[in-house]
Amino acid sequence: MARAVEQVAAPQKETDALISGSEAIAVACKLADVDVITAYPIRPYDTVMQYVAKLVANGELDCEYIVAESEHSQFEIVKHACAAGARVFCGSSGVGWMYAFEALTVTPALRIPMVAMVGNRALDDPGAFGVEHNDALAVRDLGWQLVWVDTAQEALDTALIAYRVAEDRRVFLPCAIACDGAFLTHSQAQVKIPPQQWVNAFLPPYNRGDLLLHPDNPITVAPQVNEDWLMEIRKHNDEAMKRAKTVIKEAYADFARIFGRDYGNPFFEEYQTDDADVVLVGMGTLSMPVKVAIRRMRQEGKKVGLVRLRWFRPFAAEELAATLGRFNAVGVIDRDFSFGSPYTSGVLATEIRAALYPAEKRPPVLGFICGLGGREVTVPDVQRMTDVLLSAAAGKAQPLTTWVGIRE
Amino acid sequence: MGRLFAVEIVYRGIFQKNLAKNISRGVVLAAHHAGKSGISFGRYGDSPERNGIPAKSFAVIGSDPETLEEGMAKYEPKEVDITIVLDDTLLKGVESWAWYGLQPINRLLRPGGTLIVTSMHDADTLIPMAHRKEAPYRLAILKGTPSFSGLWVYKDDHTDVRVLGAVARVLPELFTIDDVEKAILQEWSAPLKATSARKAYERITTRVVQPTEGNPEHPFAFQLPKWHEMREGIAIPAIPRGAPIADPVSGQSGGFRPARNPTFKKFTTRTMRPVVNFDTCVKCTLCWLQCPDSCFDVTPDGFYDANMEACCGCGVCEAVCPVEHCVTMVNETAFTDNSSQWEAWKKDRTAYAAWLQEKIRHRPERTHGFRFRGQYEQELPPMLEIAGGAGPEEPSGEEE
Ligand code: SF4
Ligand code: SF4
Repeated sequence: MARAVEQVAAPQKETDALISGSEAIAVACKLADVDVITAYPIRPYDTVMQYVAKLVANGELDCEYIVAESEHSQFEIVKHACAAGARVFCGSSGVGWMYAFEALTVTPALRIPMVAMVGNRALDDPGAFGVEHNDALAVRDLGWQLVWVDTAQEALDTALIAYRVAEDRRVFLPCAIACDGAFLTHSQAQVKIPPQQWVNAFLPPYNRGDLLLHPDNPITVAPQVNEDWLMEIRKHNDEAMKRAKTVIKEAYADFARIFGRDYGNPFFEEYQTDDADVVLVGMGTLSMPVKVAIRRMRQEGKKVGLVRLRWFRPFAAEELAATLGRFNAVGVIDRDFSFGSPYTSGVLATEIRAALYPAEKRPPVLGFICGLGGREVTVPDVQRMTDVLLSAAAGKAQPLTTWVGIRE
Repeated sequence: MGRLFAVEIVYRGIFQKNLAKNISRGVVLAAHHAGKSGISFGRYGDSPERNGIPAKSFAVIGSDPETLEEGMAKYEPKEVDITIVLDDTLLKGVESWAWYGLQPINRLLRPGGTLIVTSMHDADTLIPMAHRKEAPYRLAILKGTPSFSGLWVYKDDHTDVRVLGAVARVLPELFTIDDVEKAILQEWSAPLKATSARKAYERITTRVVQPTEGNPEHPFAFQLPKWHEMREGIAIPAIPRGAPIADPVSGQSGGFRPARNPTFKKFTTRTMRPVVNFDTCVKCTLCWLQCPDSCFDVTPDGFYDANMEACCGCGVCEAVCPVEHCVTMVNETAFTDNSSQWEAWKKDRTAYAAWLQEKIRHRPERTHGFRFRGQYEQELPPMLEIAGGAGPEEPSGEEE
């Protein structure tokens, strides 16, 4: 596909822009020269399609922009376009994402490397548009890659990385970029926009190879399969998801080389963990209040750090077990909840506990339910959680799950 | 371990779903009266809501509960004492939803087991239709027309209880006719149905089928691939483009034969097939256009030759053909092979015309469901007459 914008002697340096997280993803779509985009409005995701529409209208992005009549249709459209060789983008939020679920379930099995954005939103007490991670987490067992971002800059960079990883022939699995509703989707920050040449050097054109749906490559994709094919299909996906971990590491290394922005460990960010006794773990934008709280608590002599998980699928279990095993207690902040789950906790806490189980050193893992439905996670909230954690580290029994910031 | 019994019931999709269920329930209920435990179930994944697709029900019976568990530890039986075939055209083989390639109707039958088939034909017509088996088995013919009904209706022509009576006769170790009667009265409170079962019990005869008898063709074998042998994304290569057809007489090449999946033969869904009168065909292309399975090969001389490996017997071609009696659906039991009608016509038009007339003249009517109001009342009396009418008929084969 033709590059949308010919960069004739364009400056080989980044430009600055004040844009929201959603807009940053839209810019990434432009830089990735996406061929087909579908749109259906839902808050908070809709800000990205509005911005993409603007890019198309301004002639900055040459792509098929298809307004579908529902989320289900928009995911079906990009699924098929992607099978026919188009680089695609799509996304949704909350119940819209759920409405597309039938399309979402088959996307990994058909090895469609689509990149989607989930503007995280509560499911769905009427009118609650605020962030909750349950919408994106609903696809965690379906073969989707799932990555959470913290800032608009990270959103832009991660979207480019997501295309690179998803479209790698060793992977060929869809990737959803989860962006906290409001906190990330609707707030604007200074973002460095890389020049097109850098992106071209980083992101090769999408090549579907022998899986391309094309008259010159006569194949049938998604035929009717019977029960006795299913285990084999699942195993195929399992192997691809395992390989994704290697490909993610390669992509971040290449990204650092070309763009000069080094994210270090691609799977999670560590903040003030070197000498920490206890550590908080979470995903998405809550790192801002947590980091501020950590700085304040450090002044009081409380040695606490943060591990912010980016990639939830594939889950970096070994790496996390090695890191978290260093601390005396681990507090997992879940912006989601899993009713009736082990110790009636959040999804992330359950996963972290599972990751630690075979580890040599297993610190106690306490779950904190916090910030549901867009409720703010405040600095005092974080301080309260840390106090519980420190007391557990000191050997005092603490509940395995605590709701923080709830009216009682 | 006690004795384990297994009965499979092969039936035609939606037309006989309730019938098959009645029979497999009836087998378990009668066995229960005989002091045994059983489970009745439909094959999962057969998609029996589809028109005419061969599908299966099973009844697994143990002389005691533990033996039953042994039997049910492997969901579907791999060997059965009795195979019940509710439509004689199924004798040509089945390819149900979850299978791959044509499978012999008697595949699961254990040596000495019994194939019970409902048919108006005699053994000499029926035996050549079924694949040969290495060990002898028995064929029992329950006289009757195929008991087909529509999707939501059930034609109570007593085929269900007559089959139960036949089972009691061919496998007395499983249950007796008295057990069948008790089960019928308990399930339906219908003494007339019990009478029908007894009539069937008295009349059913069996004939041993030797390994030398039957269709000598090798049934299709299929190996499911290992996970890494499959392509990612469930992609499968398309069938290569078809080849032009050569005229069998002139050798002239032309026309077009679409290629077809060699492992997916659809003709086991067929109870009738079209025969085409090429002498009256006006080459309007409608059959070729409308056939849902793209059966028609375009011949060099512009005719349309329905491929019998692919035809599912839906009858659409007959319905759309504008020329009267140009396409006629004929009972599948009237044919022994799937060869090309057009080639036969090209080679000898007179012989073909005679063959065609003979097929059309004798075509027994079949109905898939009820097409007009009152048809049920029309069809029922002859069926009930077969079931409970005059005294025992002549045995159709040698008595065992
Ligand atoms: S009966 Fe006629 S229309 Fe139907 S599948 Fe056969 S050839 Fe095609
Ligand atoms: S529909 Fe009838 S007349 Fe028309 S091409 Fe087919 S067989 Fe011939």
